[in-house]
Parts: sequence; C-alpha cells; structure tokens
Amino acid sequence: MIEAIGLTKRYGKTVAVDDLSFAVEPGRVTGFLGPNGAGKSTTMRMMLGLDRPTAGKVLIDGKPYAQLDRPLRTVGALLDAKWVHPNRSARAHLQWMAKSNGLPDKRVDEVLDLVGLTKVAKRRAGGFSLGMSQRLGIAGALLGDPKVLLFDEPVNGLDPEGILWIRQFMQGLAADGRTVLVSSHLLSEMAVTAQDLVVIGRGKLISQSSTTEFVERSTENTVKVRSPHADKLGAMLIDKGFTVREDDDGSLVVSGVASDEIGDIAAASGVVLHELSPQRGSLEQAFMQLTGDSVEYHAELAETGK
Amino acid sequence: MTLLAVERIKLFTTRSPWWSMLLALGLTIGITAIIAANWGAEAPMPVLGAVFVHNLGLYVIMVMAALAVTTEYRFGTIKATFQAVPDRISPLVAKAVVVVLLAGLVGLVSAFGSWGLSWLLAENTSELALESANDWRHVAGVGLVYAAGALLALGVGALVRQTAGAVSIILVFALVLESVVGFIPNIGDDIQKWMPFTVAGKFIFGNPDPSVIPDGQGPPAIGELSPWGSFGYFAAVALAIYIISLVVVKRRDA
Repeated sequence: MIEAIGLTKRYGKTVAVDDLSFAVEPGRVTGFLGPNGAGKSTTMRMMLGLDRPTAGKVLIDGKPYAQLDRPLRTVGALLDAKWVHPNRSARAHLQWMAKSNGLPDKRVDEVLDLVGLTKVAKRRAGGFSLGMSQRLGIAGALLGDPKVLLFDEPVNGLDPEGILWIRQFMQGLAADGRTVLVSSHLLSEMAVTAQDLVVIGRGKLISQSSTTEFVERSTENTVKVRSPHADKLGAMLIDKGFTVREDDDGSLVVSGVASDEIGDIAAASGVVLHELSPQRGSLEQAFMQLTGDSVEYHAELAETGK
Repeated sequence: MTLLAVERIKLFTTRSPWWSMLLALGLTIGITAIIAANWGAEAPMPVLGAVFVHNLGLYVIMVMAALAVTTEYRFGTIKATFQAVPDRISPLVAKAVVVVLLAGLVGLVSAFGSWGLSWLLAENTSELALESANDWRHVAGVGLVYAAGALLALGVGALVRQTAGAVSIILVFALVLESVVGFIPNIGDDIQKWMPFTVAGKFIFGNPDPSVIPDGQGPPAIGELSPWGSFGYFAAVALAIYIISLVVVKRRDA
C-alpha cells in the first residue's frame, strides 16, 4: 500500500507536483497516467526518498521510505533501466545491490533466472539491448522479494514481445497480492495492463478510479447514422434535444442517446436507415481531452485536412 | 561492514580503478627508476630522491577517487545506492573508507617500490638506508598523503557530481593555481604557504637531515608548520571538504 498525502514539489517557481494525494492498493496493478512532464517520475522519486518533497509525504505501508529497514525488501523499483554502470556485469550489479540489503548471493541467481538473463549474467551491462536492460532493472526490483513495486514507463521503446512479457509479469506480481504502481503516458497501454488508474496532469490529480470506470466516464459515446433522409432525421433529433453533427461523408453523428432510441424515432417517422452504429471515442481522444490543458509542452496539432 | 563489501564490489567490478592504480604505480616507480639509474656515483642518492615524483601518483589516485563518486552520478547508480540505503551518509562513508584505504596502500607500494628500485639501481646508496624517523616519514608518508588526497577528491567529486568538472578542479588547483598564486604581489608567498598541496609536499620533503642533501638538491621547505603539522593541515582540509560534501549530498535531491 502506497499513500501520497499532499505531495508537492517545486523547483523555483515551477510546480512539478501540486498537492497530490492518492492511494495505491495491494493486489492490483495501478496505472499512473499522465502526459510527458506531468510529474510522474518526480512523484516516484519522492516515493523512494530520492527527491525531497517541498510539502507533503509518501507513506509505504504506513512508513516514510527513509525509515524502512533494508528497503529493498519492502519496495522494489525500476525508475530507469540505465541506472547501471556500463562496464559492470549484470551479475556484479545485482550483487552489490543484494549485499547492501543483506540478501544472499543465491537470490541474485534466482532473479537472473526469473527474468531470463542467466546466460548473459557475466556480460557487461553496457552492451545490453533496451529489452535486456529493462529485464535487468526488473531483476533488481525483485531482489528483495518486495511487497511494493514501482515501475516508471517500463514498456517505453520495447518491442511487442517485450511489452507483453512485462505486462503479464506485472499482472502476475499483483496477483500474488503485491502493490504494483506502473507509470505510463499511454492510456491504451494502461487500459490493458492496469485495474486502477491514477491520472495526473501538470502535477495535479485529475482522477483516481478503476480503469473501466475511467474509460467509460471519459470516452464520448456517439451513434453514427447513415440515411438518405439525413436532413429530416437530423432536424427531428435536434428537436428532441440531442447533439447532432454532420460528418464529412454526409452521415450524422449523434451524441447523448442510445442507438435503440434513434431507431425507434426513425421508424416512427418512416425514415429509411442505411446504417445505425454505436461509436466509442478513442482512448487517446479521451485522454487528450482530460489532460489537454495540462500538457506542459504543447505542440499545435497540424491544421491539415480542413 | 556489509556496506564496505558493497563499495568494494562496486570499485573492483569496473576497470578504471585498476588502470588508475597501475598508472599511479607505473609513473612513480618507473620515473624514480630512471632517476636512480642515472644518479651519478659521486653523490649518494638521498631518500628524498626516491619519493621525488610521488606527486604524479597522487594526482592519478585523486582522479581515481573522484571517479569513484562521479561515475555513480554519471550512470545513476548513486540513485540505486540511495534507494538501497536511504540514509545516504553510511554508503558514502563506506566508500570513503574503501577508497582511502586503497589509496594509502597504493601510496605505500609506490613509495617503497620506488625506494627499493632506487636501492637496486643507484650506484651510490650510502645515504639511501631508512635510518631516522625523518627517512621513514619521507617514504611511508606518501601513503598518508595519497589517503588524505583521496578523501579530498571524494569530497570534490560528490560536490561537483561530474567527472570532467571534478577532475579539472583537482588538477588545475594542484598543478596550476597553487603555483600561480605565488606571483600575486606582496601577499602571494604568504598565501602559497597555506595552499593544501604545497603544505602536503612539505610533510614529505620537509626538514630533511640537511647533512644528507647535496647542495641545491633539496626542495625548498616553505611554510610555517612542522612536517606532521603540515600533514594535519592537509588532512583537515580534506576532511572539511569531505564533510561539506556529505551535508550537501544529504540535503540535495539525488
């Protein structure tokens, strides 16, 4: 269980994390979602006591990180797979980490085996591919068999096989009853990985809920209607108080109403329908709507096709 | 104790400390061997001659010590370290113990290696025996100077966090600034007397038995302090900078 309480981090005038409070429950994968620069990594560094909060605190099972005895046994984290000396072997890297928290040497071999790096354990970590580095990072996080795990953008830059492996791995960890917090800037990725979502933008909490709830709430449900009498039907729907928009191909996009009702209305007035299909707005659109004002580095979308 | 093992693993599982140690020993012992082999038979080689170039090894060892910290920042392993040991001070103290002991050891090997090789190569070794306390200090003292220098470099490395920055500060200070400062009119000499590396040199070279130094061969013994006072001063400067670095590291975001 991780609790952030009024967590705030300021760098001079810039507020990176702004009065953030949320809780991460055990037994589930919790997605920590926000656009780039939203303050996800800063928040995770504060969770590990690496950055000092300007205000507020983080408790891990009720204690601040700095007060944990041999913390790798409680919290495992992969914030950056590059945090390895490139000329040190994978095994030596894990060895010093294990030693620092009084973990036996054989645990190093166990985690190497767990992530499938046993064969390359003696090779220098600098020569590892991104996927191998991520595996080494995960091995480091698992060394102390911790109850709480933090992963910062673990699938960034991985190939589909690596993404699938990490996703299933995290779900397995949560199924064991561990607390798993994984950050990402991709809602589509989180939608298939996480059961809960903590969404932030510009350091502020935007929402905390289950993933299903978040997706339902935030995606716009519309119905696409194609009809030779589109004008007539459109007018009737507007009269009933629904929002109707005409698409480029002449079909209608109606929001705020179920497809059944449109069908009934059309039948009642004898309008022929060629298509009547419920549409689900994309997760990306929903995410951008929610966090749109809170993206730090805003690039204007190209005004093409208009 | 476990943290000492951690820092030992970290130091010896990368290559740069090995290269640094080899370079420090090679430079000092090698150049001393050349000096000794060319020392004429008329004049006996003094003990001081055997440690005359100990500074070269000191600079290399200080670079090694600075690297022991700055590479941790460069590659982010310092964050992994503080994640494993959140109090931050104990791993840095453990690192200091390991690096300082190693530096002292390299200093001893360098000095006694240089002295031993001089004994073999010099034609006239009548003054080379280690007979007085001063003689022992000239040679064994190199270990202490390397150890204190390593502590100083660790402090600078932890403060600056960048290899290039830390190494330039150390080398420019030791090789350039301390000499240039003497050219300041009126007060230059007085300032120079208190510059740490100048004072450290006095610990090694200072107060030799005047009778054994051939005319014009002895380095000038400048400064107000006795040889052991000089070492105390150098070590105190090193310790002060190291302690400042601990305070800063503890407060700063990792």
